[in-house]
Amino acid sequence: MTAVFLVHQAGPAVTVQDLGWHGYVAQGVSRGGAIDIVAMAEGAALLGQSPNFAALEMAGFGGAFSATRDCVIALTGAEMRADLDGRALAWNATHAVPAGAKLKIGPVMRGVYGYLHISGGFEPPLILQGRGTHLAAGLRAAIRAGAELPFGASSATRAGLSLDVADRSEGGVIRILPTLQSDMFGADLLAAFQNISFTRDRRSNRMGVRLAAPDAPNFAPEAARNILSDIVMEGDIQITGDGTPYVLMAESQTTGGYPRIAQVLPCDLPRLAQLSSGAEVRFQMISHGEAVEIERAAQAARAQLGAMCKPVLRDPREAGDLLAMQLISGVTAGEDEG
Amino acid sequence: MNAQAAKPPKFPEICQTGYAGLVVRFGDQLNEAGNRASLAFAAEVTAAGLAGVLEVSTALQSVLLRYDPLLVSPEALRADLAAALTQRDWYAASLPQGRTLWEVPACFGGAYGPEFEQACSLAGVSQAEAVAELCATPLRVQAIGFAPSQPYLGELPPNWDFPRQATLNPQVPKGALLAAIRQIVLFSVPSPTGWLHIGQTGLSLFDPARDPAFMLRAGDEIALRPVSEAEFETSCAAAPYGGAVRRALP
Repeated sequence: MTAVFLVHQAGPAVTVQDLGWHGYVAQGVSRGGAIDIVAMAEGAALLGQSPNFAALEMAGFGGAFSATRDCVIALTGAEMRADLDGRALAWNATHAVPAGAKLKIGPVMRGVYGYLHISGGFEPPLILQGRGTHLAAGLRAAIRAGAELPFGASSATRAGLSLDVADRSEGGVIRILPTLQSDMFGADLLAAFQNISFTRDRRSNRMGVRLAAPDAPNFAPEAARNILSDIVMEGDIQITGDGTPYVLMAESQTTGGYPRIAQVLPCDLPRLAQLSSGAEVRFQMISHGEAVEIERAAQAARAQLGAMCKPVLRDPREAGDLLAMQLISGVTAGEDEG
Repeated sequence: MNAQAAKPPKFPEICQTGYAGLVVRFGDQLNEAGNRASLAFAAEVTAAGLAGVLEVSTALQSVLLRYDPLLVSPEALRADLAAALTQRDWYAASLPQGRTLWEVPACFGGAYGPEFEQACSLAGVSQAEAVAELCATPLRVQAIGFAPSQPYLGELPPNWDFPRQATLNPQVPKGALLAAIRQIVLFSVPSPTGWLHIGQTGLSLFDPARDPAFMLRAGDEIALRPVSEAEFETSCAAAPYGGAVRRALP
């Protein structure tokens, strides 16, 4: 019988996510999928499986869960309070979850999107060959209490591994590139945009991160309401009619008529998605050549994650747990990373 | 038709956008020839299967190649595209084969088109004249975009060239008809918008459980047929494809 993951309670924005849809832009469907693809790569590295295996993305709050079969989970992305039958669980780590044990994932402590990965991956029915969710396009809905999520068979015995991960919620410099409309803004607005610190407005979601700055000028260029709708891509920073900047994320529209002042580098998008309340970002325009080298390094770093997984060091008084730690599997970490 | 006259000066042009986009632009204003050129050129580069290109799509006057800059340099891809552009006069290209005409019942104004009156006033026509203008000839699907299978329809007469609104309408329903800048957009999902809400259809343009999931392709045509609120509610709102009838175009 197929093993299922039972959802006893769910936060308001829990979705099943893979890496999203590719090849449907001509039909008006953007990527969808996990908003923090680095978190997906980290979960995959910890569990030794493909980063396209579906996980639960939890914005702000997790839920209460149990599995009908023994499994191993990995927790990545924004750190949340988590416990298994009352025992606190470490983030950026894997844990054995025996069948029937009660897993609780509470509020986020920093960042926005936490991820719960499972050995074998979640296997909801395929939609357009994908297992992700695109709320804006109506491709699957958020998870509700009572849901039963099938998950795949796996021989993974990788409980007790951890990954040392740099915090992605603290903001800092976000690298940007010009878009088709950047010149429309003129040198003064482009310079002003790079001289202001922005925070993440609460009215942000999987479609876009709304940027806030108390001292921001109105970034809308003259006569922008008459420009022809044109191509929009993930990472584009759209300036709406009232002058507010939005960074378009995984559920971006595919075309649009608001001008885009710049586009965020793909590898910097997770740091915008995960920006903690009050944390600040500044934008910095770079050249395409620089961007290619930065992305090359980021891809190489994701490929190295498997090799960086290490056994969790535990208090020897928790001797019972040592038997479940499967220390040997840590040695092979990285070989399965695609 | 004089194809050279239809080609705007300075176009076509090839532009990098962001990290992974090369865009071939055939114009920056609505232009029927530029729209045909975009569709034909997109079909050509899709068939060519250029190395490093992840997907090809079109907007109203442009073609997007989403590519992986770690697999192919923008300079090499740009050279391939420049060579393809010189192969023929793309502005003289014909429309794609296998197009479909949909006759779609639409209810204008009233509760189903709360901003119809405002749009008519901006277009300088009475409501009856507006319905006649919008339904006189089939509208071309000039591009699919924004949301799944969502068409930009046009081109409307010149008096419909009014801008989008500065303030967003917080939510219009699926199947809504919206007008601005000589175009109608038919919404495939509920969405906020700066366009004016002039009417309503019963269309589900996209349904992942249906085959085909996507109802429209760029180049297809939609002929709007005005219906009363009563007829819309009894015969269209809950009917498959909103009561629309399809015909193959020659």
